Amino acid sequence: MSSPADLKYTESHEWVRVHPDGTLTVGITAHAQEALGELVYVELPEPGRTLAQGEACAVVESTKAASDVYSPVAGEVIAVNPVLADTPQSVNESPFEQGWLFTIRPADPKATAAMLSADAYDNGPGA
Amino acid sequence: MMKHDPSLTDLRALFGADEFHARHIGPGGEDETRMLAAIGYASRRDLIRDTVPATILRDEPLAIVEPTTEVAALAELAAIAERNQIWRSYIGAGYHGTITPEPIRRNVLENPGWYTAYTPYQAEVAQGRLESLMNFQQMVIDLTGLDVANASLLDEATAAAEAMGVMRRASKHTSQRFLVDASVHPQVIAVIRTRAQWMGIEVIVADAMQADATSVFGAHVQCPDTEGRLRDFSSLAQTLHASAGKLSIGVDPLAAMLVKSAGAMGADVAIGSAQRFGVPLGYGGPHAAFMAVRQDLVRTMPGRIIGVSKDAAGNLAYRMSLQTREQHIRRDKATSNICTAQALLANMAAFYAVYHGPQGLLRIALRVNALARLLIDASGLTPVHSAFFDTVVVDPRSAGIDPLAIGARAQAQCINLRTLPDGRIAIALDETVGLDDIADIAYVLTGSRPNPQTMSADGRVGVEPHSIPASLRRDSAVLTHPVFNRYRSETEFVRYLKRLENRDISLVHSMIPLGSCTMKLNAAAEMAPVTWPKFAAIHPFAPRDQAQGYTLMLEQLGQWLAEITGFDSVSFQPNSGAQGEYAGLLAIRHWQTARGQGHRDVCLIPSSAHGTNPASAQMMGMKIAVVACDSDGNIDTADLHAKIALHRDALCALMVTYPSTHGVFEATIRDVCAAVHEAGGQVYMDGANLNAQAGLTRPGDIGADVCHMNLHKTFCIPHGGGGPGMGPIAVAAHLAPHLASDPFDAPDQANSVSSAPFGSALITTISWMYIRMMGASGIRAATEAAILNANYVAQRLKGHFPILYTGANGRVAHECILDVRHLKGECGITAEDIAKRLMDYGFHAPTLSFPVADTLMVEPTESESKAELDRFCDAMIAIAGEIEQVKSGAMDRLDNPLRNAPHTATEAMGDWPHAYSREQAVYPLPWVREAKFWPHVKRIDNAAGDRNLICTCPPIADYA
Repeated sequence: MSSPADLKYTESHEWVRVHPDGTLTVGITAHAQEALGELVYVELPEPGRTLAQGEACAVVESTKAASDVYSPVAGEVIAVNPVLADTPQSVNESPFEQGWLFTIRPADPKATAAMLSADAYDNGPGA
Repeated sequence: MMKHDPSLTDLRALFGADEFHARHIGPGGEDETRMLAAIGYASRRDLIRDTVPATILRDEPLAIVEPTTEVAALAELAAIAERNQIWRSYIGAGYHGTITPEPIRRNVLENPGWYTAYTPYQAEVAQGRLESLMNFQQMVIDLTGLDVANASLLDEATAAAEAMGVMRRASKHTSQRFLVDASVHPQVIAVIRTRAQWMGIEVIVADAMQADATSVFGAHVQCPDTEGRLRDFSSLAQTLHASAGKLSIGVDPLAAMLVKSAGAMGADVAIGSAQRFGVPLGYGGPHAAFMAVRQDLVRTMPGRIIGVSKDAAGNLAYRMSLQTREQHIRRDKATSNICTAQALLANMAAFYAVYHGPQGLLRIALRVNALARLLIDASGLTPVHSAFFDTVVVDPRSAGIDPLAIGARAQAQCINLRTLPDGRIAIALDETVGLDDIADIAYVLTGSRPNPQTMSADGRVGVEPHSIPASLRRDSAVLTHPVFNRYRSETEFVRYLKRLENRDISLVHSMIPLGSCTMKLNAAAEMAPVTWPKFAAIHPFAPRDQAQGYTLMLEQLGQWLAEITGFDSVSFQPNSGAQGEYAGLLAIRHWQTARGQGHRDVCLIPSSAHGTNPASAQMMGMKIAVVACDSDGNIDTADLHAKIALHRDALCALMVTYPSTHGVFEATIRDVCAAVHEAGGQVYMDGANLNAQAGLTRPGDIGADVCHMNLHKTFCIPHGGGGPGMGPIAVAAHLAPHLASDPFDAPDQANSVSSAPFGSALITTISWMYIRMMGASGIRAATEAAILNANYVAQRLKGHFPILYTGANGRVAHECILDVRHLKGECGITAEDIAKRLMDYGFHAPTLSFPVADTLMVEPTESESKAELDRFCDAMIAIAGEIEQVKSGAMDRLDNPLRNAPHTATEAMGDWPHAYSREQAVYPLPWVREAKFWPHVKRIDNAAGDRNLICTCPPIADYA
């Protein structure tokens, strides 16, 4: 399955959607959720928390695995996905849309420039 | 006359000193020859020479005892036990006399159906003990007044240390200070101090009611405290909460029947020991500790939590919940390193509550309290603390009584009281105490003995627990669930025990081929001494001169274990393998500090390590550097050298399992150890696989500095359905000065890992018996047979399931990994499907997904015979045949006996919508009909259970 072309990606399997106002939405890729299996719990950062690039800021758990999610950029958490508390499986069912994790205001507006394209991610070593 | 065995050459041989070898080791005589032939060897010796690297293989026999018979070993141990003196002990401090109800002793503690089961990871064949552990959780929830409990921790002190960890994770307070009330049990303070030191936490020991509670992230207090005093900590809870701090309260389960609950006082966490609910003192253990927390803290709570889910047919089913918090998945980010719990003892305590019910427990609690008040009344002494449950403190000097005279009278009466450091005396009563005992204690204290028949006759000491202030009394009902109220008669009670037992697979049914877990025989003769009163009825803090039998037994066992591991000294304090790891790393860090290298904090851990390794290292404040494995599953030596070079000046230790967790004797192990030493590091050897070394090679010879021994794997302590364990460590001479110190006598040294100085001392008798009966020759023979059995299984199965890793000569060690990862893509079948399908054949699954995800690791152990190994292999081969049918399309990809496994009796009796037959489902091979084990539930929905967490006993209606 190929990843959406309008998103940016990290090697640690996060995706990033850049909004017109410069804020970013972050989630995990279809490949990542498939590797984890059915999710049962998602731990999200508190809005207002300042994150460093690469900082572990969320945890996605299935019944047999738990994985950290790393912030793709430095910045401040604006909001988290409210539906995940009750339906963590949204990440499995719709990783790129309903299953988003959090939005963040990047400290550096150009922070996403160096991230992977969908092609690069899909053909990368971890995919 | 019948022909006799030609090895019987003289009279001495007729006594059969090595008779036990054939009881313990499965394959013998012709079977062994046939198995060796099947894998291409003429002798066991040749097989071993091809399996164990020549550089480490020993020829000389172990310098331990010669084998002896069961009868002789029991007699020898009985003579040692006679050296223990059983005094009446009113020492308290977290350990109390108790009466193990006979139906629980006989049907649970002494019953292999309960004690030989494994940890309930395969929940479909563990519903019995999961239900009982759920009862344990419900009991703890009721008694503590909190929302959710786990199914046991190792002891009260580690539970309190874990509570500190929970509060550190949960509290938003920025301080690293932790307050511990000065009247907490000394051993609890000792272990908290030890843990805190390496977590960067500063411990303040003070009167918690006076100390500044706003500047700490949390506090631990106790009610009743170590002096028996009852205090309401509600205001402390409010102060802590107002500044983002958390409170944990240590509770006594019997006191909790009468005293305001921890939850009602505002505690966030409650911990304690369930020992006095029917579990013998045993000179320190094993006992089940517990923890309960508020609902919002459940994900930060360590240990196993039983939860409710549904099976594939929609029926209620139990399982272990939230396992992703645990070390086997989260490794260094786990909530704790705890793995082995105290399942057998938790079950005993839960059954004690079922047996007595709330009214029975209330009567016991009221009686114990009344006797404490009677003691005060009869002795005429004034208690130092007026609010008490069962423990009173008196000050002999203020009463004008000579303390030396009290000591002399106690000595003459064979009574142990507790003398506090300042000379006051604490007397802790329990359910074994009668009126005569009170008269004797009063005599010891005052020199005059009241008449036990008349001293309570005037009614001055009533039932009402007047020593518990009204504001400190419990006002909520406990144990209201029907399970605690419906098995009053012994007939009903025993049937309940049996009904639960019958839902579980244990070693009484079939081999349990769990890789890394060594489910070998737990011989009846090894188990017998566990319930001898001379071992079972000693308080852990009784004067050492009353425990000379224990001292001698532990000394002998320690010498044998030191010889088997090639080390100098042994510490029996760690209560589990993971605690052994912690204790070993603690010794290493102290040694590094002592030589001026305290800054060294990097721990190298191969990627294939047990999850406990990184979890333990993290708890010791270490940074973990993961060493890669190569394509053969061995430590990638190039990566190892690179990591050593990178961390050279900070390298503290390497943790390594040998043979590897991949089931291979790595030929480079000596070089690996030498490289770590050369860089100033120490080598910790994880003893999980010591059963493949014993008698053939030794950790000390290989180059390790310290190892733990899972006495519950290698040395025959049964797994108990998920504990107890024992994880003593053996160390080289240079580490010996850094072994753990006595937590009760030396609480300020911050160098203790358990509540009791010798951990769960009682069950070390099992290992003593095993080694004593096997002797040097038997220990080696067992190891060789374990390797033979594993290679035989690998040989029979390799044509059906690829063996993932083998050593240089194509041999595995004592276990082997079956690689089934390719099947999912080929036909949709997973390792889990195979694990569940084995239940239909009457087997417990091998280890699933460790150390390699979606594989099965098989460890047959030496105790399984060729016949049983063949039965298991036949089942696996039949399953391989079923998989072939799925692949070929002869069976449906979705509707096949693997995907639908396990199958229950209810299902086989009902409508049958499947494309395969009922017979294929439940009687897949002819011998299954001989002794069918029926799984109690179908496959359990794990995700549903974790998403919708329910950790209390479900209402009876839900069982429909």
